[in-house]
Amino acid sequence: MDLLGYGAFFLTTALIFSLVTLGLNLQWGLTGLFNVGVAGFVAIGAYTSALLTTPDDAARLGGFGLPILVGWLGAMLVGGVAAAITGIATLRLRSDYLAITTFGVAVVVQLVALNAQKLTGGPFGIGFIPRPFGGLAETPLLFNLSNLAIVFVMTLIVYLALEHLSRSPWGRVLNALREDERAAISLGKSARFYRVQAFGVGGAIMALAGALQAHFTGFIAPDNYLPALTFQVWVMLIVGGAGSNIGAVIGSILVWAIWAGSGALTSVLFSPEQQARAASLQIVAIGVMLCVILLVRPNGLFGDRPRRARFGKGAKAAPDESAAR
Amino acid sequence: MNLQFVVDGLLAGSMIGLGAIGVTLTYSILRFSNFAHGDFMAWGAYATLAVVGAIGAMFGKIAPIAPLSFGWPLIAALIIGMAVTGLLALALDLVLFARLRAKGQAIIVVMASFGASMALRSLLEFIFTSRPTYFSRAIQIAMPVGFGIRITPDQIALLLLTAVLVLGVHLLMTRTQTGRSMQALSQNAALARIVGIDVAKVVRVTWLISAALACVAGVMIGILIQIRPFMGFEMLLPMFAAAILGGIGSVPGAVLGGVIIGMAEAGAVQLIGAEWRAAVSFVILMAVLFVRPVGLFGVRER
Repeated sequence: MDLLGYGAFFLTTALIFSLVTLGLNLQWGLTGLFNVGVAGFVAIGAYTSALLTTPDDAARLGGFGLPILVGWLGAMLVGGVAAAITGIATLRLRSDYLAITTFGVAVVVQLVALNAQKLTGGPFGIGFIPRPFGGLAETPLLFNLSNLAIVFVMTLIVYLALEHLSRSPWGRVLNALREDERAAISLGKSARFYRVQAFGVGGAIMALAGALQAHFTGFIAPDNYLPALTFQVWVMLIVGGAGSNIGAVIGSILVWAIWAGSGALTSVLFSPEQQARAASLQIVAIGVMLCVILLVRPNGLFGDRPRRARFGKGAKAAPDESAAR
Repeated sequence: MNLQFVVDGLLAGSMIGLGAIGVTLTYSILRFSNFAHGDFMAWGAYATLAVVGAIGAMFGKIAPIAPLSFGWPLIAALIIGMAVTGLLALALDLVLFARLRAKGQAIIVVMASFGASMALRSLLEFIFTSRPTYFSRAIQIAMPVGFGIRITPDQIALLLLTAVLVLGVHLLMTRTQTGRSMQALSQNAALARIVGIDVAKVVRVTWLISAALACVAGVMIGILIQIRPFMGFEMLLPMFAAAILGGIGSVPGAVLGGVIIGMAEAGAVQLIGAEWRAAVSFVILMAVLFVRPVGLFGVRER
């Protein structure tokens, strides 16, 4: 029974990661937009939903006590708008600038989470976030299973929507822009407009995942959204294979299994005072793994489609691409 | 408003500027934004710290040079540290970046640098733990120099060092054949190859300069503030912002951008509060991207 409960808990977390990875896959895998601020958009979603749904709290703004569903929709809206603004600012420039800006977004979100006590509760975070099946909390197994069910359904909806989108005319334009920007533009498609949309939708999915996670654990703090999260999600996508939605889901479950497994292993092998050091070794291993996959099997497990970078050497045949937009 | 922010800003600007030179060189010559650059700083600082420790073990306690907080061991260790950081960059290029560059996908290289950054930083955390350390625990008395400004001897020495290094890199870039080759490669890589420029050598020199300057910046942070595994990663955003503000590829631009951001940060610390310091570079970065994406001294990419 315990094992089943743990399995449900593990899968819930893994599926929430899958959602984030699906969002990143829309941005990077399908559209070729590089986002190094994943943790920031996840945090935006978590905090937005927490603000909207928690009971009134005198110590900070709001706690509006709204239904959980409103919180999730709000999270998607705010996350999507934040991503779209980031896109509008940088998508007319070289692709590296988007990377640097998203990195900055994550830094600033972390800063706001830590310092804007009136809004985010500061380093202590926000507690008492309502859980969808809070009434079942006395029977942990049922609680875990119902959480898993709801996260599973949400992931499935997003997955099917994305599969549909990537086959729709909209998805074909994104694909065309990624593979041959000049040809797509010459057919009258506005590259920037489509990219901003894809980036915004991807951000909204990440924010939704953050909101789900917040309502699943009931408590959020700035430490949940460190750059390591961004990094984990990237490894998940690369392992699964950029461009493939099913790859994003399976990559997430696989990498989370490795992560949780090696975490359990280090807690057995190392004494408590050495835990922090062992945890950093875990990150070293994952970092090396990312680099090795990039070198040896850049398409991951499921991503078999040919990829082309937006700009840079891969696009050197069209050196005036950035000027031609 | 207290004028102390001028000195604080210049110092922060020196650290950011020295780092931004490396960012701008790797971006313009190797054509990718190196997210591991901050970690070169941290590795440089820790390497220097380790050498200082080794020298201390070999020669016993050595008195610092009169008004400064450090003696010749740190100076010697800094030079060795610069070499070690340079070798680290070359090694990383050999096993990772060069191979990915050969595949011709610039953005994959950026991603690899992100992974390398994470691994490098966590490795430092593993070896040295995340506890902050210091080159010296001695507290220096700041001398008043008028207008309510105070400065310590260490700070004066480091500002002078920065000025010398920046001048040196500028002369190297403009007056030597190697420097001209670097400029040529950044402006038109294909043409530079055709006229017979030794690309491999230019790449090596670029890494060595970038990493060595990052090491100096890291040691500056170590002398004036403290040494932590995260010290370089936290400098990443200011460095990128400075490189873009100054104009990608421009060494004077990177330094000027660094000083502007350093000053703005120091001013913001006085006016708004130290906890918002990190947001300053983001605001400046966004402003530059909206108003003048090529930066102060940048040229439009051809």
